[in-house]
Amino acid sequence: MSAGVSAHSDRIDRATSSFCGHCGEPDDGGAGPASDPHLRCREQLEFEPPRYCTHCRRRMKVQVTPLGWTSQCTRHGVFVQ
Amino acid sequence: MTIQANLPTSYEILATARKQVLEEGRGLTQEQLVDVLSLPDDALPAALQLAHEVRLRHCGEDVEVEGIVSIKTGGCPEDCHFCSQSGLFDSPVRGVWLDIPELVKAAKETAATGATEFCIVAAVRGPDIKLMNQIKFAIDRINEAVDINIACSLGMLTQRQVDQLKDWGVHRYNHNLETARSYFAEVVTTHSYEERLETCNMVKAAGMELCCGALIGMGESLEQRAELAAQLAALEPHEVPLNFLNPRPGTPLENQGIMDGKDALRAIAAFRLAMPRTVLRYAGGRELTLGDLGTREGLLGGINAVIVGNYLTTLGRPATADLSLLVELNMPIKELQKSL
Repeated sequence: MSAGVSAHSDRIDRATSSFCGHCGEPDDGGAGPASDPHLRCREQLEFEPPRYCTHCRRRMKVQVTPLGWTSQCTRHGVFVQ
Repeated sequence: MTIQANLPTSYEILATARKQVLEEGRGLTQEQLVDVLSLPDDALPAALQLAHEVRLRHCGEDVEVEGIVSIKTGGCPEDCHFCSQSGLFDSPVRGVWLDIPELVKAAKETAATGATEFCIVAAVRGPDIKLMNQIKFAIDRINEAVDINIACSLGMLTQRQVDQLKDWGVHRYNHNLETARSYFAEVVTTHSYEERLETCNMVKAAGMELCCGALIGMGESLEQRAELAAQLAALEPHEVPLNFLNPRPGTPLENQGIMDGKDALRAIAAFRLAMPRTVLRYAGGRELTLGDLGTREGLLGGINAVIVGNYLTTLGRPATADLSLLVELNMPIKELQKSL
């Protein structure tokens, strides 16, 4: 994907994600809740925007406003609420 | 609910508070606040009910709604141990500036919710000339576009900066004490409690409304929580935003547990009983600490203001959820007053 800005849904497609948007660690997808190491991360993402790009784990520029947020990866574009 | 004649010993503080705070309008002392914060769970509904009565009698039924936004996020030189925006910690929060058109858009969106307050926040020790110029420009653009009171939170100020903000029409300035004087050095080492007080006192002396808040659940004792409430009461701020620690990754407090919801509700009641006439605002962390049910209990337990929507780096409840709750509770939103 080019470095140009593009809009994504805030719902991360875990089938195509390589990294956790909350902690930036590899996202193995998990076999289910009991074995999913990122279960708590997903709970946290209910209360904060993703800080890491799920494609390349770069730290993103995040801007939060009262009624929305954007997370921008320099390589993979912008995630918006 | 009224306090029955045959009270358990632990309820005696509530009978005292009913007379002292509700009827006479005098806040509880630090020692009395310890008793409130130590109430058993079965006394909590009575404490919240009394705090609600105090709020209604001394503040009225209106709820003040505010939106907050960060104009400069991250990269702060201070080491407030709870804050993900410190540049001294290994936090995932990156430094970023919000541009003015986005700021104006946020102000418009905030006003559309019925909010009367819009607070511009910067993660700095104190503002430099560049930031002050940005703030002046932002205030002018917001005032051109939307009718809303503008508040600022820019760290520690000089007297000249206080005077400038007042001249530019900033009607309220936020600078939190965060925690008790006796616990402050455990939480912040790059500036002192006294430096915070100095800015608070300058703001008040200049005639701006002072918004001075608390962050509880950082490991302080109940006695220190009472100390904080008493120290805030002595400052007589117009508004006290009450935050509950949301442990942030990479900060020294990241492994501090989320405080117990009942302790949080006891704190709400205690802060109201310490400051019967102050705007007591729900601020950050309530979603984690109290959830939906606790939000309702707090609004019926002394809270009379909310931050609508998101916070500076984390997300709040949907604005519609809080606004619907206010309708359900028959609590009108405070209307806009441009003059102090």
